[in-house]
Amino acid sequence: MTRYLVRRAALLVGTLLLASIVLFVLLRLLPGDPANALLSVGATPDQVAAARHQIGTDRPLPAQFGHWLGQLATLHFGTSFVSSLPVGPEIVSRLAVTVPLTLAAFVLAVVVAVPVGFVAAHRSHTWYGAVVGVVSQLGIAVPAFWLGLLLVWVFALHLRVLPAGGFPPYGWSTPGDAMRALVLPVVTVALVMAASLIRYVRSATLDVLGSDHLRTARALGSSFVGAMWRHGVRNAAVPVVSVLGIELATTFLGAVVIESVFALPGLGSMLVRGIAQHDYPVIQGVLFVSTFAVLIVGFLADVAQRLIDPRLRTGRL
Amino acid sequence: MRRRVFLVAGIVLVLLVVTVALVSLFWTPFPAADTTGGRLEGPGAHHLLGTDKLGRDLLTRLMIGARIAMAVGAGAVALGALLGGLAGLLAAFANRWLDDTLAALLDILIAFPTLLLAMLVVAARGASLGSAIVAIGLAMAAIVARLTRVLAKRVLAMDYVTAARTSGLSWPRIVTAHVLPNIWPTLVVNLALQFGLAVLAEASLSYLGLGPPPPNASWGRLLQEAQSTVLTAPVGAIAPGVLLVVLVVGVNLLADGLRDVADPTRRRHR
Repeated sequence: MTRYLVRRAALLVGTLLLASIVLFVLLRLLPGDPANALLSVGATPDQVAAARHQIGTDRPLPAQFGHWLGQLATLHFGTSFVSSLPVGPEIVSRLAVTVPLTLAAFVLAVVVAVPVGFVAAHRSHTWYGAVVGVVSQLGIAVPAFWLGLLLVWVFALHLRVLPAGGFPPYGWSTPGDAMRALVLPVVTVALVMAASLIRYVRSATLDVLGSDHLRTARALGSSFVGAMWRHGVRNAAVPVVSVLGIELATTFLGAVVIESVFALPGLGSMLVRGIAQHDYPVIQGVLFVSTFAVLIVGFLADVAQRLIDPRLRTGRL
Repeated sequence: MRRRVFLVAGIVLVLLVVTVALVSLFWTPFPAADTTGGRLEGPGAHHLLGTDKLGRDLLTRLMIGARIAMAVGAGAVALGALLGGLAGLLAAFANRWLDDTLAALLDILIAFPTLLLAMLVVAARGASLGSAIVAIGLAMAAIVARLTRVLAKRVLAMDYVTAARTSGLSWPRIVTAHVLPNIWPTLVVNLALQFGLAVLAEASLSYLGLGPPPPNASWGRLLQEAQSTVLTAPVGAIAPGVLLVVLVVGVNLLADGLRDVADPTRRRHR
């Protein structure tokens, strides 16, 4: 297991490095000169050159890349081309919105989806199973932003019980307001996530329920719950955990759209602004942090799978 | 039998949207840029579903949205299938080193969500229908490539392929004779699912204001415009979403049905 952890961590670092190269190159392929964002129309070539020198885009690409990597190694993300403010602290302050949103939605989705999916599989031939099937089929087709819009309509504009959007100016120092601001976004994201999770939980459970070893355990006299606990849950958990990892990552990145529905000052809106202004350090910083989060989640999901399924550890499958 | 019902339901739903899209090419109740209607009119005899805040006919805009959804779905799937299929086959046939590199690259591209990739492409090319198709198609190509690679490798490990190789069959011949016939059912089902995801991705892109510009705007854009007037003109905030769901549910049911037709072993489950 230790050897596996070391190898998997090395892969993580390698992928991250590769990802940062891809990110860097991809950004430089974008047309448009970020120096122009700093200048007014009709700037002289000298001024453009000076602006390029000031933000460092006149240096050769490998040098720029090396500089950026050096900054990353010391946990600095550089300063914005446009505002000249350091990117790191802004990312941190925006993570304070995006991370709670993602994690709360994730937890809520799991708490809803696991029991619902399990029971839907157990009672797959009753009306309950059919209803769950239809609802989750609908759920994966509903765009998150539309669901958000409908929830705002009902709960914020009609019933007036929750705010329609925005985040309190003092953030988490007014925890009540901050939490109220996140209720609708969290529910929106959680419902969309739960819809697809239910399908996976249901089909993983169905696979286990139809397996020979579970039938044998039942034949030997185990109760349904006992058999499920000893022989079923672990088996069903392996595919579900890998999907959970993907879902968590997708949600974190999908927050871009939900944040704009609810006008939340998260990473998403920072990225949209960065793209519009050709602000490379901002785009690089946000995307790097996002990629890092996605890769870490993948890492944790892989490790969790190995802990659950000993066959993955011995390589005998 | 129940599955067959789902397949038929899927075909009906998809055909519904396809028909609307085709009709919109020849006829819409009003011209796309016509703003002669009253602002935010409710549904009535003149404007069947009412108007938006600029006085444009909602039904007209919905019909054009259907056309755009189909164009994005079909365009992105075609691009993704072509690029992704080729890259996947290349990786499957390549030597170990190239294969590992391609696989790692694909993993990174997939970790990069469709929407972010699409935003970068749109930032580079400007918001248009073409940008949306290219952006979503490129993101899809990575997913298709990974799937193709895995499926093709599984076929290439078969004894009969080894036999074909040793008997001197060229690799294009192996692809057409052995690989494609074995992998296409799974690929087609996956592409059908990707079609639905592409439509949803375009809607999100348009919602952020990065899709094709009005008057030929997509459902996502209509929803974004209707968000501020949801209390006075609820139809505008509901109808585009319902159509999106109809199309995506239809495509998903179709994919599920196709999977059962293509792979009988999956039938016993449900």
